[in-house]
Amino acid sequence: MYTTDLSGKNKAEAVSEDAAKVAAFEARVANDEFIEPKDWMPEAYRKTLIRQISQHAHSEIVGMLPEGNWITRAPNLRRKAILLAKVQDEGGHGLYLYAAAETLGVSRDEMTEALLSGKAKYSTIFNYPTLTWADIGAIGWLVDGAAIMNQVPLQRTSYGPYARAMVRICKEESFHQRQGYEIMMHLAQGTPEQKRMAQDAIDRWWWPSLMMFGPPDDKSPNTEQSMRWRIKRETNDELRQKFVDITVPQAHAIGLSVPDPALKWNEARGAHDFGEVDWEEFYAVVRGEGPVAKERMQARQKAWDDGAWVREAARVHAEKRASAKIAAE
Amino acid sequence: MSDPKKEWPLWEVFVRGKGGLSHRHVGSVHAADAKMAIEHARDTYTRRLEGVSLWVVPSAQITASDPGEAAALFEPAEDKVYRHPTFYSIPDHIKHI
Repeated sequence: MYTTDLSGKNKAEAVSEDAAKVAAFEARVANDEFIEPKDWMPEAYRKTLIRQISQHAHSEIVGMLPEGNWITRAPNLRRKAILLAKVQDEGGHGLYLYAAAETLGVSRDEMTEALLSGKAKYSTIFNYPTLTWADIGAIGWLVDGAAIMNQVPLQRTSYGPYARAMVRICKEESFHQRQGYEIMMHLAQGTPEQKRMAQDAIDRWWWPSLMMFGPPDDKSPNTEQSMRWRIKRETNDELRQKFVDITVPQAHAIGLSVPDPALKWNEARGAHDFGEVDWEEFYAVVRGEGPVAKERMQARQKAWDDGAWVREAARVHAEKRASAKIAAE
Repeated sequence: MSDPKKEWPLWEVFVRGKGGLSHRHVGSVHAADAKMAIEHARDTYTRRLEGVSLWVVPSAQITASDPGEAAALFEPAEDKVYRHPTFYSIPDHIKHI
């Protein structure tokens, strides 16, 4: 899963930085070199990365909830084992990303607190509910498909630990997308009721999936700087177009339609024209007004609170054993 | 607020891909102790047959070279091309060298 940068404009940093160092840094990035944790970097680069990587990590963790909802109700053992593996992967992705963000000097607990207090954002897509089994197919196919589209260019992002995390994640996402499409394929070939269920899922997930690429380019204030710093490699609109062009034929191939009356192949452009995303809905979900936003945060808060005694007990146990070992030596 | 002392320490994880290869750094995990670090590393980094052996090392125990001194440390090797076999031209008719 992926989150676009959902914060407002980057505040201009008042800190004065060594102009020679900034120039050397910019030159390295322009030359497609990787920046590593101990290398000098401008404060704004560090902050932007912490925000982007932690938002991305939070999205993976919160993203476990809508799918976790269906583990106990998967239609058979094969689907259940697959879904369990997929949800475990999302947890793993969150961990790779938290670890990458930690190399920039922010602690895991600080990031968790930022999520739970509402200070940090996560992808808007996870604030929609999973109403039927077909939603699990639609999420794998569309949501993970959109995530792959966003993440593939990030394998060459300028910050080394982030790029390496993305390489691992992209490898794993491909399974997610294919298992989702397979679910949709089976439903689409099933009874009329199953086909209706598949169509209903794409009808509900199509537009939120397009929103995953973030606001249109002319309303994406951070894009320019992020592109220059190679934190981002393609613009929101470029990626959205690519996603539409790749996904529409996949839907048609299994007899499903895309809920967009304006959708039309444009021969001259060699691309699909498509309708306008409802940006009012997007910004409302960003503000925390998504259909199940409250439930998502309640679930994360509960997991954090219920796990507190475990974290504490393991830490104290380890400390006791360590001091007993020293005493014995 | 978060208390850094209460967070489980960070461990660096190294995986041996298969017999005959050396362990390679793959990332890090938080864990209360070494045993738990191995378990977390297993769940986080080897879900798809990525390895046959794991090492975990407390991150605090790693000493790294200073990137600011990279030039002083590594550049002297640049003008010692005679350390490479291709530096020496040997006539083509001389075999097995």
